[in-house]
Amino acid sequence: MRNGARLYVIDPRRTESAQWADVWMGNHIGSDIALSNTMAREIIHAGLYDKAFVANACEGFETYTASVESYTLERGEELTGIPADVIRECAHTYATSDKAMICWTLGITEHHDAADNVLALINLGILTGHVGRWGCGLNPLRGQNNVQGGGDMGAIPNKLPGFQDILDPAVRERFEKHWGVALQPNIGLNLTEMIRAMDCKELTALYVIGENPAQSDADAHHVTQVLEGLDHLVVQEICMTKTAEMAHVLLPAAASWCESDGTVTNSERRVQRCRKVVEPPAGAKDELWIMNEIARRLGKELNVTDAETVWNEFRAVAPHFAGGMSYARLDEHQGLQWPCPDENHPGATFLHDRLWKQGAERGMAAPFTVVRHEGPVEKPDAQYPFTLTTGRHLDSYNTGVQTANYQSPLFRGETLDLSPEDATRLGIHSSDTVRVTSRRGTLVVPARVDRSLRPGVVFMTLHYPDEAMTNVLTIDASDPKSGTAEFKACAVSVELVNTATLAAVR
Amino acid sequence: MTFPHLQLVQLSRPSTIPKPVIELIVDGHQVTVPEGTTILGACQKLGIEIPTLCWLETLAPVNVCRVCVVEVEGARVLAPACSRTVEPGMVVQTRSERVNLTRKLVLEMLASSTDLSTAPGLAEMMTEYGAQPERFGACETVAQPVLVDNDLYIRDYAKCILCYKCVEACGEDHQNTFAIAVAGRGFHAHISTEFAVDLPTSACVYCGNCIAVCPTGALMSKREWDLRQEGNWNESKQTSTDTVCPFCGVGCTLTLHVQDGEIVKATSPLDNDITIGNLCIKGRFGWQHVQNGRSATQMAADAAVPA
Repeated sequence: MRNGARLYVIDPRRTESAQWADVWMGNHIGSDIALSNTMAREIIHAGLYDKAFVANACEGFETYTASVESYTLERGEELTGIPADVIRECAHTYATSDKAMICWTLGITEHHDAADNVLALINLGILTGHVGRWGCGLNPLRGQNNVQGGGDMGAIPNKLPGFQDILDPAVRERFEKHWGVALQPNIGLNLTEMIRAMDCKELTALYVIGENPAQSDADAHHVTQVLEGLDHLVVQEICMTKTAEMAHVLLPAAASWCESDGTVTNSERRVQRCRKVVEPPAGAKDELWIMNEIARRLGKELNVTDAETVWNEFRAVAPHFAGGMSYARLDEHQGLQWPCPDENHPGATFLHDRLWKQGAERGMAAPFTVVRHEGPVEKPDAQYPFTLTTGRHLDSYNTGVQTANYQSPLFRGETLDLSPEDATRLGIHSSDTVRVTSRRGTLVVPARVDRSLRPGVVFMTLHYPDEAMTNVLTIDASDPKSGTAEFKACAVSVELVNTATLAAVR
Repeated sequence: MTFPHLQLVQLSRPSTIPKPVIELIVDGHQVTVPEGTTILGACQKLGIEIPTLCWLETLAPVNVCRVCVVEVEGARVLAPACSRTVEPGMVVQTRSERVNLTRKLVLEMLASSTDLSTAPGLAEMMTEYGAQPERFGACETVAQPVLVDNDLYIRDYAKCILCYKCVEACGEDHQNTFAIAVAGRGFHAHISTEFAVDLPTSACVYCGNCIAVCPTGALMSKREWDLRQEGNWNESKQTSTDTVCPFCGVGCTLTLHVQDGEIVKATSPLDNDITIGNLCIKGRFGWQHVQNGRSATQMAADAAVPA
């Protein structure tokens, strides 16, 4: 930014990033598609889209143009709450900049229309030719150190390692040959589908590795109930969690980031090495050891005892993806960005440059996708007049398993954050106790008046479930394409329970 | 339909235009470097060592410590090598009598007023230049109590040489938090939070990027300070190993310093492109979850295993 970049922050809350921005666009929660479509219509009407790029590389432009036609600036303002001239200015700046990128995080993806939100942003990227070039692109900023790597390695229901399609018979045949086992020609279940399958007893045994669904998943009362209903729950964890407490079998594990070797992939697709730095506590086992032992008890000797062997197998089954990423090269280059097909490849700093090529070199066209504004599943009403949105504090992480026990001076515990306007209207002051209720649950928590919030929006984190289990409030409405629950929006009511005593306020 | 001008679109990162080169002579050796290089950069290319305190490769030079001064032929005053850029035909002496005397005096003045006992490399530097701070006698010092106002890091300003590195790291060069600045003037100049409030009241976000750049140990993690107080800090027994931070998707490299099987400090390498040595509060201090007396036996005991 000091070199002249302009920053537009689109967020219902006036976050710290928003305070650094040239323009803060405080939108209504769940109005992201409306904003993208309005920007697209404005860019098309002003003739600012990249005509040559669209004609060469994209398909479905006419249908897309027709689909965004109703998203006039005025309607955009009505749906998003952002003034029409601000949307217009943002659209023009984005379209006319030589290089521009869109970065997003869970505010886009923790919605029931998560994938559509992302597709709406992809539409903007290809409309303006801000893809496939250095300094441009669409960047999901990952919230966990290996959320990308989990996908890379095939820990998603529809893909094999290296994002190879499990439904493609040729792909399956290669893997079957390599592994010497038959693979099911089916897509597995994602997390929300698993919870539903547990609910109707289609899924009766669950093996959880390093996750705390009893506290991290939406509609926690329901999640606890289905976990309790399992015939068999195995939890592999580095320390005690609420989910681990419910386990029939608990497997104490070494922490993968410092008590074991392996790799993680960051937001820019950079594969980096994790190294064993300290010994795990007595009794905690390396996850690879656990896998080998489970395989042995199932009647198969894996004999894979080190992480590099696992990684080299991955390179062998996904050569186009990671063939060039030996441990030696990962060390030498401080990580490499995939795809990196051979040992002379420097790694890819950006993707999709093929879209700028012509004829056969271009490959498959980039499709525009028609997406429509819906807004959150639960809209505020007379009984539940506020929209609760969830997020994080700087010093804490998810359900607090890794951050609850270090002495952060910023640690302030769970609060219900609300706007000064709503606080005045309800006679609530910071540190007063309030009751927050949704259709699924209720909890009592201290209030905190927060000037970064606008009327109608209240905010909580998921970090302190032992103080206040925010997820008893959240809704399990989830995106059919990605399985992500709508953590970012549910309707709640807020009422004052106790006025804080003066001592407590201090 | 073809689009001839699409082929003209620049896709990859534009290559930097090579700068004109400049020739100069350092200590009698001819050297050629790109325009804009500092004298320090030219010396590094020649393998000539220049002492520095306020300079760091990841920060903009602030020219305050004067320990890097060199003599440029024809110039009236000595030049700070860390920020003075090279000029064609420059003739530089890095160890002339004048340079040696100045460095000696700078070190003596620093050492006579501040506690340099935990500054890495300082003792060697003092010996090399024959610095004798005691010849200044019992002069006024900045001796003052250590500030311990939070559990993550301490501030011992008796060790502060006012190099500005922490201010630059907290502010414009890295973190953009601006929690600290230089307050006061002359001998009374010191690093301070706004209105000298304690850290928990200040704008500090505990990234610890100030600790990472501090050259004297005036800023130190609480864990290291505690171990030093107990007499148990022993760098010769420590190993340091690189791994990746377990929190967000930025993927900062964490160098974990381990003593007696226990993590005692986390830093990040300056030469790593991702964050050039910077971390956030979670990366620098949030590793305690793997220690804290965590035990598999306790986990088993805690587990309410159904019959």
